[in-house]
Order: sequence, then C-alpha cells, then structure tokens
Amino acid sequence: MAFATRTRESYQQELSAIREAGLFKEERFIRSPQGADIEVEFPAGAPGKKVINLCANNYLGLSSHPEVVEAARRGLDARGYGLSSVRFICGTQDIHRQLEGKLTEFLGTEDTLLFPSCMDANAGVFEAVLTDRDVMIADRLVHASIVDGMRLCKAATDTYKHSDMKHLEQKLQEHQDKQRRLIITDGVFSMDGDLARLDEIVALAEKHDAMVFVDESHASGFIGKTGRGTHEHCGVMGKIDIVTTTLGKALGGASGGCVSGRRELVELCRQRARPYLFSNTVAPVIVSGAIKVLELISGTTERRDKLEWNTKYWREGLLKIGLDIKAGDSPIVPVMLYNAKLAQDVARDLYAEGIYVVGFFFPVVAKGQARIRTQLSAAHDQSHLDRGLAAFAKVGAKYGILGLGKNEIIEKYGA
Amino acid sequence: MDERKQAILDYVVSEYLEEDDDRTIGEDTPLITGGIVDSFSMVSLKRFLEKKYGIQIPDADASPEAFDTVNRIAALVERFKKS
Repeated sequence: MAFATRTRESYQQELSAIREAGLFKEERFIRSPQGADIEVEFPAGAPGKKVINLCANNYLGLSSHPEVVEAARRGLDARGYGLSSVRFICGTQDIHRQLEGKLTEFLGTEDTLLFPSCMDANAGVFEAVLTDRDVMIADRLVHASIVDGMRLCKAATDTYKHSDMKHLEQKLQEHQDKQRRLIITDGVFSMDGDLARLDEIVALAEKHDAMVFVDESHASGFIGKTGRGTHEHCGVMGKIDIVTTTLGKALGGASGGCVSGRRELVELCRQRARPYLFSNTVAPVIVSGAIKVLELISGTTERRDKLEWNTKYWREGLLKIGLDIKAGDSPIVPVMLYNAKLAQDVARDLYAEGIYVVGFFFPVVAKGQARIRTQLSAAHDQSHLDRGLAAFAKVGAKYGILGLGKNEIIEKYGA
Repeated sequence: MDERKQAILDYVVSEYLEEDDDRTIGEDTPLITGGIVDSFSMVSLKRFLEKKYGIQIPDADASPEAFDTVNRIAALVERFKKS
C-alpha cells in the first residue's frame, strides 16, 4: 500500500500544524446565486442564513445578471458544454476569437489570448516572453500568481518598495546591463485597494527603456471613467505592453483570464505559454457570457458609476463611524485591525449581525497588518450599505475600537 | 556591532523596510523566515555585498539560510573575502 499509515500520519501532522497556527481555511457553503444578498450555510450543517455579501469580487454585480445568464444559456445550446481539447488542437471556436477581439478593443491593446484563469495567465506569460538575459522588476505587493509566474521564468528578478518610484528608478538604472527590463505591478493592489502610479511607471519605462506589465484583475470593468482599467484612470491607455486580467471578478465572475498587449508578446504566449498550451480551452458557456458582459459595460457606464457612488458612500460611512481604513478610491476598502485574532473576532460578530466579511492576516498580509477587506458592488443598494455600516458601528463599539488609530488599536490588542 | 555588520544592517533597513515600518532589526533578526526579505528581493542584497566587498557569491551559496540574519550574512562575506 503506497499510502502507508506513517505516510497518512505525516500528512495529518502537517494539517494539525496548520490548524494550530490558526491558518486553517474553511469553505462556507453558499446556497444562492452570487449577489448582494446571499444565503450561507456556516458552519457546515447549520441552517441557511441570509446575509449581505461584502467580500465578493462581484464589483459590477454581473455574476448573476439575467442577460449574462441568458447569453451563457444560448452559448451552451449553440456551441455545447465542452470542447475536450486545448486551444491549438480543436478547442478554438469562433466565439473564442470574438471574445479576444472584444477584450482587445475594451482594454485598448493590440491583441489578446484567453487563458483558463488569470492565475494561469500570470503563471505562463513571463516564461513565454523573457529569457535569462532579461530582468523582471516587481512591486513588492504584487499578487501571489505573479510571484509564481516569476519563479517559473529564467529572467533575473528584483523588486521595488511598494509604489516607490524613486526605488523603481534606482532598480531600472542598476539593470541597464540586461537585454530587456520588465516592470511588473498590479493595477489595483488586492489587499490594500490602492492604485499603481501607472503614469509615473510608464514615464520611467520610457526613460529607462523598459516594458510595463500590469495585472488588472481588480480594475477591469470599473476603474477609469469608462471602466477600462487603471491605465485609463492614469491616462496611459495604449502604453502598457502586457495587461493580464480575469473574467472571474467584475467581468461576469465565472472563470477565465487573458494576456492582452503587444501583438508579438501575445503571439509568443500562444506559442510558448504552458498553461495555455497544456490546459483545456475556456468553456463555450463562459465565453458566451463574457461576450455579453463586455457588450453590457461597453454601452453604458451606469454600473461602474453606481459602484463609484457606493464606494464613496461606504468609505465616508466607515470614517464617520470612526474606523481605521486604508485610504483610496477603489471598491476594495480594508478596515484595519492589525491584530489577527481581533480581525477574526470582528468578522465572526459581523456575520452574526448578517454581514458577510472575512478577516485577513499573515501570511495573506504582512504580520501586524490584519484587516477585514470589504468590497463594494454595483449590486449593493444604499440600504445594504446602511445595514453594513450599522453592524460595523455596533461591533466596533463592542471591541472599543471606534475612533482609535493604528497605534491605539495595537496598544489595546497587540499586533 | 562591527563596521561590516552595521553596513549590512543599514542596507537591509533602507532597502527592505517601508517608511512607515517601525520594526527594529538587529544582528540576529530573521530576515527571510521573518518575512522582511523575500527570495526575489534577496537578489539586490547579494548584488550589494558583491559590489561593496569586491567578492563573488555563487548562487548555490546565496541560500535563504545563509542570508537569514545580519550575523550569517557577515559570516558569508568573511568566508568569500578569505577565499
């Protein structure tokens, strides 16, 4: 027997260690479609509880939109359930190229290639376009999928302090001996909710002969006046060499991602990116839904405008209550608690009040930076937000943290 | 603390700590396992040591263990200055 008792016990010990470290993750079962109001079974076996969802990436509220669901259904009927193939054998339908064309137009790039997820896009893109004569210079807070992609690439690596342009310039100067330099950043940073200074990054790239990579997963569809992303917000549309993004957040929320950008770089991904080459094509039902999403958001800015209003209302509300939040403009609004146990306790009490949020702590964020990451959606109405604010006020008062800043919270609860 | 350790410590603080980071770093503070320096960022530390002390540290010797504290880094520099 390959899985001998001692082998099993060794894995059980590993799992126990995760539990003892307080890092054990448990799934919560949701019994409804994704939306502002959901029904959750937690813990497993408990009766369903109706709660307001303030932790989804459903920024535009399109995850269960009737027109998207209907388009997906039509796609299912017209193009089938699956393709049983990678893209380059017999897994590319007309609708795949249609969606890639729509993404290219929406993102303002030259070409686009779909991947099974943005995690896969980030895992494959660097290895496909860089060699051991090149260097990748990444912001220190980029997403874990980018870190994994960089690990798979033979190019040299370096990092710069989060959004520190002086430090980035120093690194660009240090690496002038490399054949090619690629600056790597998130557009919106997923844990802090702040935006990359893309205008300054592009200026530095032009000055020091570097390319720019941006992961727009938490930006595509709603950042910028027409929702094109951080590059639109910063006035550098057309100047980003590689954009990766996901269909799994604002753009319908199902799954799938893409690499979009300079024609030659996208073509190299088609030739070399291993997650593209060796995993199944994106299912027709998802492609059909995503095409509808892009049609919906290309025609009107109504949804991203509502999200912007909700974000402003929520941020102002939390500040008025006296909570410590990370400043910014994005719909990712972290409520800072610094202490891991406090973050978990507050999240649990909010759940009891009918508000679904999750506490984040090390290793997801740095030690002493525990928080509850709230995320707004265009699906929220003002009444959802008012109920959320009332619950935060009640629970915040219970823990005596209202009106306290970082040092005072740490003094009271430890970091 | 001797001059070399101080120089390494100063570099670590200026290169890896954000302005609002109030952590104190000493000679034995775990840098890699403590989450202050990640494996990608370690590259700049290696480059700093090679330039400042005129040494070449082979990649095989630039392990996370060897770079985990200021004391260990100073010992590594000492080893390659001698060789």
